[in-house]
Amino acid sequence: MNSKKSNRGDEVKNRLSADLTQTDIATPVRSMHRRQFLKTGAVVAGTALMAGGLGPIAARAASTKNNLPPNTPEWMLKQGHPIVTPPYGVPSKYESDVIRRPTDLTPTDISSWSFTPLQDLHGIVTPNGLVYERHHAGVPAIDPAEHRLMIHGMVDNPKIFTVEDLKRFPAVSHFYFLECSGNTLTEWVKPKGKTVQSTHGLLSCCEWTGVPLSTVLQEVGLKHGASWLLAEGADAAALDRSVPISKALDDAILVYAQNGEALRPEQGYPLRLLLPGFEGNMSVKWLRRIEVGDKPFMSHEETAKYTDLMPDGKARILTFVMEAKSVITSPSGGHRLHDKGFHEIRGLAWSGSGRISRVDVSVDGGRNWRRAELQGPVLPKCLTRFRIPWEWRGKEAILQSRTMDDTGYVQPTLKQLVAVRGTHSVYHYNAIQSWHVAADGEVTNVHA
Amino acid sequence: MYTPKTFMALTGLVAALAFASTGIAAERFDFGKPATQKQIAGWNIDVDPDGTGAPAGHGTVTQGKEIYANKCASCHGDKGQGKPMDRLVGGQGTLASAKPVKTVGSYWPYASTVFDYIRRAMPFNAPGSLSNDEVYSVTAYLLYMNGIVDKNAKLDKEQIAQIKMPNRDGFIRPDPRPDTHNILCMQNCK
Repeated sequence: MNSKKSNRGDEVKNRLSADLTQTDIATPVRSMHRRQFLKTGAVVAGTALMAGGLGPIAARAASTKNNLPPNTPEWMLKQGHPIVTPPYGVPSKYESDVIRRPTDLTPTDISSWSFTPLQDLHGIVTPNGLVYERHHAGVPAIDPAEHRLMIHGMVDNPKIFTVEDLKRFPAVSHFYFLECSGNTLTEWVKPKGKTVQSTHGLLSCCEWTGVPLSTVLQEVGLKHGASWLLAEGADAAALDRSVPISKALDDAILVYAQNGEALRPEQGYPLRLLLPGFEGNMSVKWLRRIEVGDKPFMSHEETAKYTDLMPDGKARILTFVMEAKSVITSPSGGHRLHDKGFHEIRGLAWSGSGRISRVDVSVDGGRNWRRAELQGPVLPKCLTRFRIPWEWRGKEAILQSRTMDDTGYVQPTLKQLVAVRGTHSVYHYNAIQSWHVAADGEVTNVHA
Repeated sequence: MYTPKTFMALTGLVAALAFASTGIAAERFDFGKPATQKQIAGWNIDVDPDGTGAPAGHGTVTQGKEIYANKCASCHGDKGQGKPMDRLVGGQGTLASAKPVKTVGSYWPYASTVFDYIRRAMPFNAPGSLSNDEVYSVTAYLLYMNGIVDKNAKLDKEQIAQIKMPNRDGFIRPDPRPDTHNILCMQNCK
């Protein structure tokens, strides 16, 4: 070992008090850093997406400090942080650019949305702090002790439940994706989003825990003829949506936990509805009321908004399912390939109708396709990670992914989608996404 | 209390009954408390297309104009033209055009939704601050600006269900998807 070895004891003492007061774990640092290395040592995606700025940034060529072999890294020469600093753990400061980013399309950030950084995530689970947001009147600060769920209307026993009451029922946990039906809405006419975060980031996937809505509806007893229910939130928009009773009795959950901990405030704390595979707007957050009826209630959110305008001027209404869709997350817009040779193409596929059956990938703009490997477990109405090896020879390429679900539905091309729906329907965009790789390795969003 | 055996019997029964109230009483957990009529009345705020839930009270275009100017115009424009928030007036006849304009007058299928949404969510910075009479009035004014009622109109529980919005029949049900039919071509596609 080097000469510092003999000073180690003194250094430990000197550093101890300093470490206890350090706060840099939680301090955002806008630093460039290396990302993923493949076994070959090739840098796949050495980019740091800065808030507002989207240009690719080259991976740091060399450390300015002498931490590399044969030297001993500086972090081996002093003690690290003690436990519980902080008590609730946060990511490394070198991951400070892995954050949700807001849209620039809304005039207020009280009714707005933010995107999940899909380009930075691995596997299928979205960490709770990165789950996309869509609020219509901000995030309410709800004291769970003063929150109630009222169920009334066409029921035998109208009831009021506390959150603790709901936690006493037999619980279930399931992994499901959640996608805003406005996801990818900027892409109907021209390729606009610079990154997969901005094109597809109204998409997240969590393990949701709660009580099946069917269990609680059994508790209150549905009257004959009950066929719809209204779910209403306790936010300042009192956001409300109509839900067919068939969905309520199928796989709907009254959720109080995500990824093992209580719901985050922006995800509906202390209680939300979760309708697997349906457009995210219907999974009403901060759920306070369910009214059972025999027809849709025709709220603002399901008439003025979240309806799909067709070319003939008619609009589809009560369109719930998020159909099969996939996207390559690496490499994707804003990335730059630095080295020829082996690269693994990685992405996500999902379907509100069921399980993903397969994903095919093209590197020539949809002319020829190869079948990608699906990472198990492949769960229904859940994100599925796919991967496929690719040899990049330093030439122009157009990367696409195309998925099929277990109903046999195949993700459409943009041309097919627009041929049926025109370009004004806003919601439920699920066309094949194209990423252009330039000869210099720059990856951009294109329509191909 | 529930043993696992009891619960399995319960879930079996639940499946068999499909949750319909058929007169056969399934076992219950008895969690939660009965909701009283008074409690329900306080929270049951939705107003439905057939007028169900519309409260007592009434409003006029004249009163609505004044409330709108004070509490709505700063976001929606003095004539409902929008900016910075949603446009509320005009756009009729544009839905099939290259630039469809979706407003209360051109797009919304039910007058009940106008009342309901204003009462539950508006004004944006002070939801729940308008009286029922004020909500009726603002609703009346928006309908007037869109040429749906005349300037002497009064709006109340009975009226709200009877107004036929211009785009009432502009919506398609049920959902016609899947509406695309891509195939799994693998080689020399396009």
